[in-house]
Amino acid sequence: MFYIYCPHCEEHREEEEFHAAGEAHIPRPLDPENCSDKEWGEYMFFRTNPRGIHHELWVHSVGCRKFFNMTRDTQNYEILEVYKIGEKPSITSAAAKLPAQSKVQEGV
Amino acid sequence: MSDSENNQAFNYAASVDCIEQRPATERQITGQSPLHHADLGTVAQAQLGQTGTVQLTELKLLGHLILRGRLDNVGFTSGVKLTLGLELPGTLQMVVDGDISIRWISPDEWLVVVPGERSYEIEQALVNNVQGHCAVINASGGQTILRLQGEDVQKVLQKSVPLDVHPRSFPIGKVVTTVFAKTQAVISRTGDQQWELVIRRSFSDYVWLWLQDCSAEFKLVITEQ
Amino acid sequence: MAQQNRLIEGGRIARDSQINFSYNGKTYPGFVGDTLASAMLANGIDVVGRSFKYSRPRGIVAAGAEEPNAIMQLGATEATQVPNVRATQQELFAGLVCQATNGWPNVEFDMMASLGTVGASVMPPGFYYKTFMYPKSMWNTYEKFIRKAAGLGRSPLEADPDRYDHYNQHADVVIVGAGPAGLSAALEAGRSGARVIIADEQAEFGGALLHSKQSVNGMPAMDWVASVVAELAELDNVMMLPKSTVNGYHDHNFLTIHQRCTDHIADRAEKNQSRQRMHRVRTKWVVLASGAHERPLVFGNNDVPGCMLADAVSTYINRYAVVPGKKLVLMTTNDGGYQAAFDWHEAGREVVAILDTRSYQGTDTSAVIDRARELGIKVLTGSAVVEVQGAKRVSAVSIASLNSQGDQLAGPVSQLSCDTVASSGGWSPAIHLSCHTGSRPVWSDQVIGFIPGETVQKQLIAGAIGGTFDLQSCLAQGTRAGAEAANNAGFTVDATASGATAESVAETAPMALFHIPHPKETSRAPKQFVDFQNDVTAAGIELATREGFESIEHVKRYTALGFGTDQGKLGNINGMAIAAKSMQKTIPQTGTTIFRPNYTPVTFGAIAGRNCGELFDPKRFSAMHQWHLDHGALFEDVGNWKRPWYFPQPGESMQQSLERECLAVRDSAGVLDASTLGKIDIQGPDAREFLGRVYTNAWAKLAVGKCRYGLMCGEDGMVFDDGVTACLADNHFVMTTTTGGAARVLEWLEIYQQTEWPELEVYFNSVTDHWSTITVTGPNARKILDQVVDDIDLSNDAFKYMDWKAATVMGVPARIFRISFTGELSYEINVQANYGMRIWEAVMDKGAAYNLTPYGTETMHILRAEKGFIIAGQDTDGSVHPYDLGMGWAVSQKKPFSFIGKRGMAREDCVKEGRKQLVGLITADPKKVIPEGSQAVDDPKQSIPMTMLGHVTSSYYSACLGHSIAMAYIRNGHNRMGETVFYPQADGSAIEATICSPIFLDPKGERQNV
Repeated sequence: MFYIYCPHCEEHREEEEFHAAGEAHIPRPLDPENCSDKEWGEYMFFRTNPRGIHHELWVHSVGCRKFFNMTRDTQNYEILEVYKIGEKPSITSAAAKLPAQSKVQEGV
Repeated sequence: MSDSENNQAFNYAASVDCIEQRPATERQITGQSPLHHADLGTVAQAQLGQTGTVQLTELKLLGHLILRGRLDNVGFTSGVKLTLGLELPGTLQMVVDGDISIRWISPDEWLVVVPGERSYEIEQALVNNVQGHCAVINASGGQTILRLQGEDVQKVLQKSVPLDVHPRSFPIGKVVTTVFAKTQAVISRTGDQQWELVIRRSFSDYVWLWLQDCSAEFKLVITEQ
Repeated sequence: MAQQNRLIEGGRIARDSQINFSYNGKTYPGFVGDTLASAMLANGIDVVGRSFKYSRPRGIVAAGAEEPNAIMQLGATEATQVPNVRATQQELFAGLVCQATNGWPNVEFDMMASLGTVGASVMPPGFYYKTFMYPKSMWNTYEKFIRKAAGLGRSPLEADPDRYDHYNQHADVVIVGAGPAGLSAALEAGRSGARVIIADEQAEFGGALLHSKQSVNGMPAMDWVASVVAELAELDNVMMLPKSTVNGYHDHNFLTIHQRCTDHIADRAEKNQSRQRMHRVRTKWVVLASGAHERPLVFGNNDVPGCMLADAVSTYINRYAVVPGKKLVLMTTNDGGYQAAFDWHEAGREVVAILDTRSYQGTDTSAVIDRARELGIKVLTGSAVVEVQGAKRVSAVSIASLNSQGDQLAGPVSQLSCDTVASSGGWSPAIHLSCHTGSRPVWSDQVIGFIPGETVQKQLIAGAIGGTFDLQSCLAQGTRAGAEAANNAGFTVDATASGATAESVAETAPMALFHIPHPKETSRAPKQFVDFQNDVTAAGIELATREGFESIEHVKRYTALGFGTDQGKLGNINGMAIAAKSMQKTIPQTGTTIFRPNYTPVTFGAIAGRNCGELFDPKRFSAMHQWHLDHGALFEDVGNWKRPWYFPQPGESMQQSLERECLAVRDSAGVLDASTLGKIDIQGPDAREFLGRVYTNAWAKLAVGKCRYGLMCGEDGMVFDDGVTACLADNHFVMTTTTGGAARVLEWLEIYQQTEWPELEVYFNSVTDHWSTITVTGPNARKILDQVVDDIDLSNDAFKYMDWKAATVMGVPARIFRISFTGELSYEINVQANYGMRIWEAVMDKGAAYNLTPYGTETMHILRAEKGFIIAGQDTDGSVHPYDLGMGWAVSQKKPFSFIGKRGMAREDCVKEGRKQLVGLITADPKKVIPEGSQAVDDPKQSIPMTMLGHVTSSYYSACLGHSIAMAYIRNGHNRMGETVFYPQADGSAIEATICSPIFLDPKGERQNV
């Protein structure tokens, strides 16, 4: 259960109020007609699914109904920042040197 | 694609269809609030004079007007101010002046609650007074307000909503839209032990059942407006 | 029956409150303040269950959450059955009824016991995998036997009469555990003004101090505890939760706490009281002060009842005044273990010997040895119990001396007579919650155990969880952690406060010993249990490593070490040590498995809270719901909505009702509550442009006063919703969506507006609940409308098909849409929902003269299918585009903007030949209705698997047409009109049908235009 800071409501709220809406920063091609099937397929279906820093699109669906971006570490679920649509992340995997972490296995 | 500067100039009132939705007064037609079927009036009569640790009142058949617009659109903000005599409240704030209140819902959305019989007059005035890209939407039929009052209300809310309702996090005058049990509500604290829940019509029976169940260990008393 | 093991005085029990309880049908006495376990031991009950796999008799081992054997089935009535209750955690109450969980037919005489005692080789690890895999068809038979033999407890057959609650809590500091460290932390954090929650699974706060004879601040430890509890109780900002287990530690400092509110009072809670509560806690900081579990030593037949943990023995004596035997042999690797012998001795029972596994050089001794000898207790150093004798109770032990490493026996085996063997192999920090967060535990040679590793959580630790077992240090760490947590959460603490103090005791270093060697090799020695609950033995672990399981995770899964409700509280470290040794590695090299929630079992009731029965899922009602109820409607769930399904009249079958409702609409008039359709108010100068981008058809020229049907597709070109949108004014539209798709469509519009096209000026707001929608449809619809509409001309010239008009209906302002989902002349009256019931009743009243018939969703489905209208979600499944549906007319390829779905439906796969296409079907036998989902084939006599052409999506009997109709996908169906296909059925028959247009009735659409 995440505790998410909504940049529009300006406070932390429980995950129940939010929906994840997939990877952020995947703009719709401006000229779909001139995309090849491959390019369109990339836009439609292919995602980075990184281990580590990931930029995600979320919506405060039971709240202000606004979408926003989140930078999250998929290894430990830490939310590193949230930022509004149209803004750029300040933390990226290129910028951050992640500490090497051993693989954590789940118990049964 | 539109140009914001040009849009400032367009006549909002002429671009939308705002109609009276209530029957003429002389027809003497009363509406049915979302909790009409629960017959809270009869329960309240039976409990007359009792004080509960959870007191529930339906503030029914009020005018609910949704405002959409940007704070940097002066044509919108000044039009609202002119009509209601109130500034639009900031993030998570609610303002009340007599029988008119405004709740912040989102950076570009507010809920204005007015007496039912004045709803069209005020809606029309808002529509006529605002300019530029904005919206006024009548939602009076779609929601109702429950007022909860008493020493155990905070506990009822703790059972129902995930966010923090402690006075340190939720002072008087704050308003939030949040999860309420398995539906949602716009919740504001209107006093030390007084809260208002704006709930959707179709979920109102569920909320009513939930509140009764949640309050079973306390003393739930229904009162009338 | 006397409580033969009860001491005459002492303990924290209420001797003036004797109560009775029932175990396996027999009644026994106990006291208020007992746990079920202490009361059982007081009454000399040795066998409390049978083991999981070998069915060996088992007794109580521990005194807390780590108890692996005394797992009870609780409940005086069928409805109040609770499985998997640890006797050590269940407080005794008058009238408690329990049964042993394992043991068939009973614990004293067990059919399975022969299996367990005959030989170790009968059920080695992997036994089930190896034995029951083949033949596959026998699994169902095997499973029945295994389940019965295993006896994992049972759930009640009747509904639980109790209530359960969820509480959402927010705190600055949550402290897990109310022992010396936790209480010190709470005091410090509480005094700062921070909002503090301190939770402990025990009935009383105090932790280890509850059975300690130590002093704190110069007073008996429990007096200090009482003073702390009194001070905390005075603080409004502190919430104390005894009887509350912190079961899970989740992301971002979210903890779940399972509080047992009335489980200690009676079999069920009083009316309106919650039996249990689940606190869902979000906190800024966490202090884990969850203590440690004593580790038993692993030796031959160490599961015979009478083998216990040393500290558990102390607990029963000091806290409950119960001595669980007469003659004690104590084996320990550390000083702390001696306390059990001292307590036993003080209770006036015989301590046969203390076996200290540590070798002392020459005249070396230690304070505890000196004290034991002063008391006249025999101490054998460098010695250990290698094997226990006895079946249902220990009768004697075999002992031998050990070499200094403890890995070999150094002398002959001799016998000691006794009935109780207490062992202490040191303490394993209770790091479970720390592991829940994904933190990897770290081995400490000094602690001889795993301690919490690095974490991203805002978490501190204090006391034994970090390997600190000395009381003074626990108090000091707790004080520091409480102050730091409060400080980190933004509160000011008194930096000079030093916290409580206790006497420090010098200790001799403990010995790292887990598995006592036996004269025989492990595989031939009597069973040496590591995990009692899962019947995992040292030999089993060694076998697993020999069979090639090198990863500790694999060893765990192969042997079941640390599985289930036990989660390895007692056995994990011993098991890893044995695995490590067998692979000639160190424990840190072997690694550890980690624990996952829940720490101890949680009842389903507590998980469900009050989300059950009527409150399981919200039911959404329209403003006319009461009328539907009053008129006998049966309901269909559509999303959360309860929609009338059909309105049966007395004596009617469903089919008769549907035929009556359908014919009424076609012959005269019907009325439908369409309020549940999603309605979205759309305003803004770019509203029209926006509609053009999200719908497949053109919107640029839709005039004010007009309505238009639209298809909504995903970027992949597949249809996902549809509906009619009306132009209310130049910049103002109202969109309708399917009932189930309303929320999704609104979010769809928002995501495009907010993230892709923020430059488009348009606002979307749901007005679904605001409007009641009453659909009047049928040839007589206009005549009925004439009766109720006060002020407008309804003639076909003045109010055309696909127009909308503002009007007054029986005094109530309305918007009326002339749109049709039945193919008949139709009007949808929209009024503010507060007046919905009034207008519905007025329409019914005026319509009576025209046999105006209310109909539900099932009739609606038939009527629209007669017209070939699709239902998104029934006739579409996310894999069909508008052309597949034969709805190319609703796609405008000329629009300047590349609308959502346009590129997708131009993909190679979407334009290829031979796609499945929506068609109509008429069966050869007009009465035969093809079951929905049936697959079409060309030749029903072909061999299986047949080549399938597509499935039936909608299928009904049409009373109006006098034959069945169906809508179906057929590969290349649009080019196969008039051809015959077959629908093979489960009974071997095949239904023959002819492909046709899906528009069965009035193909020119004349009826709706009259």
